[in-house]
Amino acid sequence: MRKFLIGTALSTTAVMAAGSVYANEELIRLSQDAKQWVMPAGNYAATRHSTLKQITADNVGKLQVAWTFSTGVLRGHEGAPLVVGDVMYVHTPFPNNVFALDLNNDGKILWKYEPKQDPSVIPVMCCDTVNRGLSYADGKIFLHQADTTLVALDAKTGKVEWSVKNGDPGKGETGTSAPFVIKDKVLVGISGGEFGVQCHVTAYDLKTGRRVWRAYSEGPDDQILFDPAKTTALGKPVGKDSSLATWQGDQWKIGGGCTWGWMAYDPALNLVYYGSGNPSTWNPKQRPGDNKWSMTIFARNPDTGMAKWVYQMTPHDEWDYDGVNEMILTDQQIGGQTRKLLTHFDRNGLGYTLDRDTGELLVAEKYDPKVNWTSGVDMNKSSPTYGRPRVVSQYSTDQNGEDHNNKGICPAALGSKDEQPAAYSPDTQLFYVPTNHVCMDYEPFRVSYTAGQPYVGATLSMYPPQGETNMGNFIAWDGKTGKIVWSNKEQFSVWSGALSTAGGVVFYGTLEGYLKAVDAKTGKELYKFKTPSGIIGNVMTYEHGGKQYVAVLSGVGGWAGIGLAAGLTNPTDGLGAVGGYAGLRNYTALGGQLTVFALP
Amino acid sequence: MEVRVAMIGLIALTLACGTGATRADGSGDPTAATSEDGKYFDKAGNPTYKVQEDGAVDWYTYSGFRRYHSECHVCHGPAGDGSSFAPALKDSLKRISYADFLGIVASGRKNVTTAQENVMPAFGDNRNVMCYIDDIYVYLRARANDAVGRARPEKHDDRPEAFAKAEDACMGFKP
Repeated sequence: MRKFLIGTALSTTAVMAAGSVYANEELIRLSQDAKQWVMPAGNYAATRHSTLKQITADNVGKLQVAWTFSTGVLRGHEGAPLVVGDVMYVHTPFPNNVFALDLNNDGKILWKYEPKQDPSVIPVMCCDTVNRGLSYADGKIFLHQADTTLVALDAKTGKVEWSVKNGDPGKGETGTSAPFVIKDKVLVGISGGEFGVQCHVTAYDLKTGRRVWRAYSEGPDDQILFDPAKTTALGKPVGKDSSLATWQGDQWKIGGGCTWGWMAYDPALNLVYYGSGNPSTWNPKQRPGDNKWSMTIFARNPDTGMAKWVYQMTPHDEWDYDGVNEMILTDQQIGGQTRKLLTHFDRNGLGYTLDRDTGELLVAEKYDPKVNWTSGVDMNKSSPTYGRPRVVSQYSTDQNGEDHNNKGICPAALGSKDEQPAAYSPDTQLFYVPTNHVCMDYEPFRVSYTAGQPYVGATLSMYPPQGETNMGNFIAWDGKTGKIVWSNKEQFSVWSGALSTAGGVVFYGTLEGYLKAVDAKTGKELYKFKTPSGIIGNVMTYEHGGKQYVAVLSGVGGWAGIGLAAGLTNPTDGLGAVGGYAGLRNYTALGGQLTVFALP
Repeated sequence: MEVRVAMIGLIALTLACGTGATRADGSGDPTAATSEDGKYFDKAGNPTYKVQEDGAVDWYTYSGFRRYHSECHVCHGPAGDGSSFAPALKDSLKRISYADFLGIVASGRKNVTTAQENVMPAFGDNRNVMCYIDDIYVYLRARANDAVGRARPEKHDDRPEAFAKAEDACMGFKP
């Protein structure tokens, strides 16, 4: 089928189109070569699984540090490096430097890209000056800078091939997410949910940087690229003005729904998947309605941007449960049938499994037993509230009104999981999920909107669930049934992306700075090593010179760095923290380092 | 660097005040001397906090707690404790005065070096900040003097009518 498509392109349409198909084919081919790591999640299905198996459950205990690299930046280091051929590409938080390191020559720096950005973008970045990484295609490295410049660099020289502005930091629009290449386009989201940005995903031409389409999260149908008759939600057409009808007046223009998370792509269905974030402001009373399509999973055609289906997980958000986390695409059996699935661990504490072709909701279950704001999702297809979460009144910050302090809501605004991506192993058919185990008090109040200024409208206190001391868990999850298979306690939130390998080993980092390896079947800890700073980066693996390597960025920060690094420091401070609990700052300090591991 | 400056400031204050004063921050003695419609002032006329024996805080301190944790804490950390990229204001207020505080919030400041880029934006036209600037100041002043803890104040005075009126006018809310 794929060959046929290439043939048609070559014979009938323009040469440009042929090139575009090649770029896509190149990426699919490279992502199937386990020796390389060519996109943020390792592959289009976003499984973060590698078929490399030199490192196994039996020998991982002997793992050693092979080499290290300092990024020279002391901020939150999210994302992971890429490996394309013999070169590793490492990105940093603001100022968003990029290094190309020669794997044939002990990591010698082949080139360095150092953008000049106005530092006034720093304070309009909500939660530290993080950047979630690079993408590769067609001999180019793509970077989305803090100031929203999307830049294409020559992978060999670091020379800028083209650059384009994706937004205006003066309005609070910033760049933190990794670009994502599909065919002849580079897709990129935008950040600014705490600044009242009308957020979007935009596709740029891979060769030139020319803007091809832009799909907003909220607004009129022609801005959100919906076909009222063909775009569906839970199997039904969404109808005309599906977004506008759920906002008061013009509020959608400052509606948020930001797109700062991860994307996945199914080449066979030709659909790209991503989620949108919180509606602005955090005070739900000020924005009546469902606020569509914030907090939504989108399935779009990457050629045109048109939405095939959508599912809003948290209508009328009252807790800042952004829906941007990764969408993991798997083919598994449910009820004796092989289904094309999409699994998503939402900030709201529910793990969703949907049919990724139709958007049918199959599973929606809590992946942290402490989640209390909802009693579950209505799964009755004939119910008028089908697919909606049932909100528990006690924890409804809308029902309890402005100036009311809602206590003990779980999860906290950080979510049961934030952007740190989970992994999926086809061998065990389990998802490996880094989670937060944090609850909150939430008090909303009125705010007014000023362009480029924070637009928050609530005050929050965060703490571990009552009677518990661990603020994180690392869990194995069965997406077919929606059940936790095993769960390891972590003292702090696990804010690091997981890696699954065919060696039967799963890796993740911790906020104290440990890289940990656990048995994929049982969760038993097999290895740990303390890196120089807390880990909020994602673990990746590659092979070079016949050896399997595992790499991760250290550098504490991000929202975890705000909420925790400066947060719960005093065991007796009355925030609900239990005695003996001590703050992260007793364990780690700022840093910026890549650590690469291998067997001796 | 920030810490060192703060410490020098503290030493200077200690020397200047000698042993007579019990408490002093960047605006002098924070003890409440007068009050007007539920808002407290020190003897120099700067806004200040008032904490009752049962731990109840005045309305403005409470309001400041809320607004601080909406507008400021993403950089300056919970409870003014600082974070990995902005200084702890509970320490800064030990050396900077009320007038300095107003100036920095309204105009912003930059501290960009090769090792770090600390940039504070100008909040002068942000009503969510400027309509509550005294509230945020007295909350942080209370934190600087350890008069309130890190947690949400459990009890607080009722919202004074004068506050509600001023808030509606400043924020442009319809009462």
